[in-house]
Amino acid sequence: MRVLAAMSGGVDSAVAAARAVEAGHEVVGVHLALSRMPGTLRTGSRGCCTIEDSMDAQRAATKLGIPYYVWDFSERFKIDVVDDFVAEYQAGRTPNPCMRCNERIKFAALLERGLALGFDAVCTGHYASVSKDDAGNFELHRSLEMAKDQSYVLGVLTQEQLAHSMFPLGATASKDLVRAEADARGLSVANKPDSYDICFIPEGDTREWLRDFVPSDAGKIVDQEGNELGEHDGHVGFTIGQRKGLRIGRPAKDGKPRYVLEIRPKTNEVVVGPEAALQIDQLAGSRYSWCGKAPENANEFFDCQVQVRAHGDTVPATAALVDGELVINLLEPFYGVAPGQTAVLYVGTRVLGQTTIDRTRSAVNAGV
Amino acid sequence: MKVFLDHASTTPVRKPSLDALVAALAEIGNPQSVHTHGQQTRAHLEDARDELALAVDCNRSEVIFTSGGTESNNQAIKGIFWARNQDRKRPIVVSSAIEHHALIDPIEWLVKHEGAELVLVKLLANGEIDLADLESIITKHGDDIALISLMWVNNEVGIITDIKKVTELARSIPVHSDAVQAFGNLALSFRDSGLSAMSISGHKFGAPIGVGALIVSRNLKPESLLHGGGQERGLRSGTMSYPLAKALSAAASAALADLSARQSALKVLRDDFEQKLSEVIPDIKITASGAPRVEHSSNVIIPGTKSDSMLFLLDEQGLSVSAGSACQAGVLGPSHVLMGMGYSEQDATACLRVSFGHSSKPEDVDFAVRAIQAGYAKAIKAQAVAGRT
Repeated sequence: MRVLAAMSGGVDSAVAAARAVEAGHEVVGVHLALSRMPGTLRTGSRGCCTIEDSMDAQRAATKLGIPYYVWDFSERFKIDVVDDFVAEYQAGRTPNPCMRCNERIKFAALLERGLALGFDAVCTGHYASVSKDDAGNFELHRSLEMAKDQSYVLGVLTQEQLAHSMFPLGATASKDLVRAEADARGLSVANKPDSYDICFIPEGDTREWLRDFVPSDAGKIVDQEGNELGEHDGHVGFTIGQRKGLRIGRPAKDGKPRYVLEIRPKTNEVVVGPEAALQIDQLAGSRYSWCGKAPENANEFFDCQVQVRAHGDTVPATAALVDGELVINLLEPFYGVAPGQTAVLYVGTRVLGQTTIDRTRSAVNAGV
Repeated sequence: MKVFLDHASTTPVRKPSLDALVAALAEIGNPQSVHTHGQQTRAHLEDARDELALAVDCNRSEVIFTSGGTESNNQAIKGIFWARNQDRKRPIVVSSAIEHHALIDPIEWLVKHEGAELVLVKLLANGEIDLADLESIITKHGDDIALISLMWVNNEVGIITDIKKVTELARSIPVHSDAVQAFGNLALSFRDSGLSAMSISGHKFGAPIGVGALIVSRNLKPESLLHGGGQERGLRSGTMSYPLAKALSAAASAALADLSARQSALKVLRDDFEQKLSEVIPDIKITASGAPRVEHSSNVIIPGTKSDSMLFLLDEQGLSVSAGSACQAGVLGPSHVLMGMGYSEQDATACLRVSFGHSSKPEDVDFAVRAIQAGYAKAIKAQAVAGRT
């Protein structure tokens, strides 16, 4: 196959590309330029937009003996990921930009361009596995190593996208093995630190970064009864379940910490309350997709597990399509789930589908 | 098969240059040393200076050996600006929107750090410098102008500026020209140009990468970027590389020796290329075709494509050409030259520069046309996909 290896400049994508080469594919390395203003050298960190990363990716490609190019997706990235990220926060939601990037950039813009240019697949360093069922349907599964599993951020992929995706690291037992392999292959990125930040927020402070894009007007922090407890300097950047940074002078009556329960962009209010009020027993969203083959009868509630964070726990649930929404009833509660986050459904190790969460139901109020 | 049609970015080292380099490398002696060894290598350096002075038609003392075009431009722009701001303030630097980054970036540095003001000369519809606008700028700002810097030949589209007319308008104001794409590709004389300073770069005419020169009029005393041993009229401290100087001057002589024959031959190749490409892709726009331009280079806009896709598709077929200039991270942005000439951003990201040189052969044209035609079919498909999603 002719394979386009997306090379971020990190160790995972370099080893993934190496394995694709070794498997006999005709591989071309591509570094995605996602910012028109690439940052300067950042010691010890890794993002998608730095010169150092571009050079590291190029060096790795040279070691592998494959051609290497930088392709500019900055405009698409700005519209589909960065602007979306800002708009979601403005609307009081908590987005996952890595998910958007996979959905719209890596496995859409890049893949489509690759296909048009004569490639068969895009290869990345994600920890996940693609396989086929007996009928030839593509399936996405968790990686062998649960600690690194990235199937969650790939939950947005469709059957068609999976058919052209290659994740050579899915069957690797540990990240240490990947680093050792990189070292053995003479790749200089073998010991490069992992990236955890959002790549376009180099300092890692989302709230501070958002200030440059969104006007922040002071507003009220209120409790569930509507009593004013304090002021905030802009609702944007608050996240459901957030405990720190509320700066409420008075302690709660019961002396227990307070958490962000709700963000109300229209009235510029942030609602806070006790941890118990964060309990969620139902999630729903209309922006859903099936990862591979759709369930036989999605209109009937089926058993599954659901995960709402990249490396979060799963809880057992039942899910079904109800009036155009994917409704997920949790059999055990989640704490502090925000609209905008993505709920990914699993059956065993297989990713079934996902939805961006539009609304949640409090387990506490549910019975009232 | 691999075909290199990117001679405007760098051209193969010529045999006399390589021979001169290798011969000089075998010798020992710091050209500054008093002893016989030093005197011998000094002689090589000064022979090179004589040879280069003859080639550019300047006085031997006007040749300052540098590492290449970027250093020469930086030395000229900053050095002249500083010198001109000693007795009184002259903040204005006059230049154009289609200069090379190695020229415009030092000016922007001066704007940011030293209070300089950049005034851009307008361009005519065909991309040429608007001399009437230059004249009015000179009339308006007069002695507030520190220097004027306009490139002799544009590196992307090949437009030739009438430098003689520029210096006539400038009168006593120092004029510098980035002649990196000009020297070796068209007949020029520093003496007759009226320039105060001129940058040239060896690897554009058959010397190795890493050597060039700044030609500085004897009347001009720019401040130096470097301080140290005071070599090269105090403008380029550091032990002088006589092997590179020899390689530079040998390449210059070789480039001049076959200049007019090469100009005619490359014009045939270039015209043939543009003709054949227009036949297979009628939509192409040949930039600067209505302006005086150098013979060896062609810049075409291929609507419906994106340069980075095209470069990939051509590289895949073994054809090396270029498009615009890439940033440090390797991102190929829209060509600032085409933008400066008034083309849309879409056009400025859909251009290709095909440039011929002393090693080019007629069959290279057919290879290039075939490769571009084949790449085009895929590139428009890729671009259509990008526009849809």
